[in-house]
Amino acid sequence: MSTTSHTASRPVTDLAAMRARGARRGRTDRIITALSLLATAIGLFFLASILLTLFWRGLAAMDLTIFTTEFRPTRYGDESLPKGGLLHAIVGSLIQVAIGTGIGTPIGLLVGTYLAEYAQRTALGNAVRFVSDILLSAPSILIGLFIYQLVVLPMGAFSGLAGALALAIIVIPVVVRTTEDMLSLIPNTLREAVIGLGAPKWKMITLVGYRAALSGIVTGVLLAIARIAGETAPLLLTSFGNSVTSTDLTRAMASLPIAIYQQANSGFPDLIEIAWSAALLVTLGVLAINIIARVALRKKH
Amino acid sequence: MSDTGTAARQPATQERSFGGMQARSSAVLNETARISVRNLDFFYGDNRALKSINFDLPDRQVTGMIGPSGCGKSTLLRVLNRMYSLYPGQRASGEVLLDGKNILDDDVDVNELRAKVGMVFQKPTPFPMTIYENIAFGVRLHEKLSKAQMDERVEWALSRAAIWGEVKDRLNTNAMGLSGGQQQRLCIARSIAVRPEVILFDEPTSALDPISTLKIEELIDELKRDFTIAIVTHNMQQAARCADQVAFFYLGELIEVAPAAQLFTAPQHPRTQEYITGRFG
Repeated sequence: MSTTSHTASRPVTDLAAMRARGARRGRTDRIITALSLLATAIGLFFLASILLTLFWRGLAAMDLTIFTTEFRPTRYGDESLPKGGLLHAIVGSLIQVAIGTGIGTPIGLLVGTYLAEYAQRTALGNAVRFVSDILLSAPSILIGLFIYQLVVLPMGAFSGLAGALALAIIVIPVVVRTTEDMLSLIPNTLREAVIGLGAPKWKMITLVGYRAALSGIVTGVLLAIARIAGETAPLLLTSFGNSVTSTDLTRAMASLPIAIYQQANSGFPDLIEIAWSAALLVTLGVLAINIIARVALRKKH
Repeated sequence: MSDTGTAARQPATQERSFGGMQARSSAVLNETARISVRNLDFFYGDNRALKSINFDLPDRQVTGMIGPSGCGKSTLLRVLNRMYSLYPGQRASGEVLLDGKNILDDDVDVNELRAKVGMVFQKPTPFPMTIYENIAFGVRLHEKLSKAQMDERVEWALSRAAIWGEVKDRLNTNAMGLSGGQQQRLCIARSIAVRPEVILFDEPTSALDPISTLKIEELIDELKRDFTIAIVTHNMQQAARCADQVAFFYLGELIEVAPAAQLFTAPQHPRTQEYITGRFG
C-alpha cells in the first residue's frame, strides 16, 4: 500500500506478486479455519457423547422412587422386589452442601473484604492472598485428610458435620477470590464519595461496597456451591456415606457423589443404573447453578 | 436575599442549629472567613506537594482554585475534608481552621468534619441504589429522621440542586439510569442533604457537556447564598464566571489570591499573568 509511488515503473510484476500473496494468504486462512473447526468438533464430540450417555443411562432408572426411596440392596434381577432410590443421598448432599456453604461463605466474604479494603499492599495481605490461592488449587483429598485428623479422629466417628466442614474449606478460597476481585473493581471515586459524606469505612463497605459488588459475589458463591456439590474425595474421609436417610450431623451421612462411587462399584446392573441417575442429578444441579450464576451476572453488566 | 434564603433553608433550620446558622446570624460581615488555612504543608511520602499555604475561604462566597496540573490545588481541596487521611503516607502540617478549630488535629472526628465539609467529584458518583436512597444515605449517617422528615429533606435537597422536577416521578428508580449531568446534580443534592457549611467541588464539570456545565455553574451561583464553596477548575472562563475570589497555584505554592475581577484583569504576579494569558499550563 505504501509503495504506490514506486509502483509506477513496474506495475505488472507488482500486481502478479500481490495476487500470489493473496492466494497464499487465502490458503493459510482456510487451513487454520479447518484446523480450528476440527479441534472444536473433537472437543464437542466428547462432551456430547458424555452428556448423551449420561442422559441415556441416567434417565433409564429415573422415576419417582429415586426421590422417595432410600438405598435398597440389589434385586438380582427379581422385578417383584422393591426398587431402591437416592433419597438418602439427596438429603445428605443438600444438608452438607448447605452447611458447608453457610460456614464457608461468611468466612470467605470477610477474608476477601480484608484483602480488598484493608490489606491491599501489606505483607500480611499478600501472604493471605498467596495461601488462599494455594488452597484454591489444593487436591481436595488433602482437605478431607485434614478434617479427618482434626474432626473425625477426635470424635471417633465419621460424621455429616465433618463432611460439611471439609466442603466449607473448599468454599472459602473460591469466595475469597471472587469477593476480592469484585470489590477491587469498585472505582476509588465511589469509595471517596461515600467517605466524603462522613461515613465510616465499615459503613462504606457494607452499605455501598457490597451492593456494588453484589452480583459478582453471588456468582462466586454459586460457583462454589457448584464445585462442592460434585466433590467426592473429601467426603470419603469425613462423612463416609450411609445407606439410610440420616439427618444426624454426628453420624455418617450419605451424599450423591459417594452414592455414585459406591453403587457404580457394586457390580450389580440395577445399582449401576441408579448410580447413573445420581450422576445425572448432580450434573443437572450444577448446570442449573451455573445458569443462574450467568443470568445473575448478566443482569448487572 | 435573606428572605428567599431562609425560606429555601427551612427544613434545615427547623430541626437543628448547626454551624452555618450561627454564621448567618452573625454574618452581615460576609468577609468573615469560614475556613482559614495557615502555614499548610502537605507531603506525599517525602514529596512536599504544598508549601506554606496561607489563605481564607470567605463565608458564603465561591473561591476558585486554578493552576496547571500537579500544582497542588486538588491536594489542597482534599486537605479541607481530610480525604487524604484515607491513604497512608500522606500527611499535612500547619493549621486549617474551621469555626476556630484546627481540623488537622488528631482528636478531630473526621466523619463529623466531612458532614460539615461536603465534596463533589470530577466524575459523577451515584451510589448503586434508588435516587431517594442516594440522598437519604448521607442524612441517615448523621441524623435520625422520621419518614416524613426524610421525605421533606430529600425533596428540599433535590430542589436546591435544581433536579427535583426531573426526578420527582421516579425517586424509586436506580440512580445509575440518570444522564451524566443529572447524576452530577444528584451528587450535589446528596452533599447538600447533609447540610454542610462548606462544599468542595473538584473539577465538577470536566466530564460534562456544555449544557450540563451551564446548569452546574448556575447552581453553584445559587448555592453560595447558603454555603461556602471552593471549586477546583481547569477552565479559566469557569473560574471567571463562578468565583468571587480566585487563587492561583503553581508548583505547590499559592502564587496569588485576589477577587476574580482583579486576578483576571490586573494580576499582581507575572506567573499569574503568563498562566491566564495561556503562555504556559
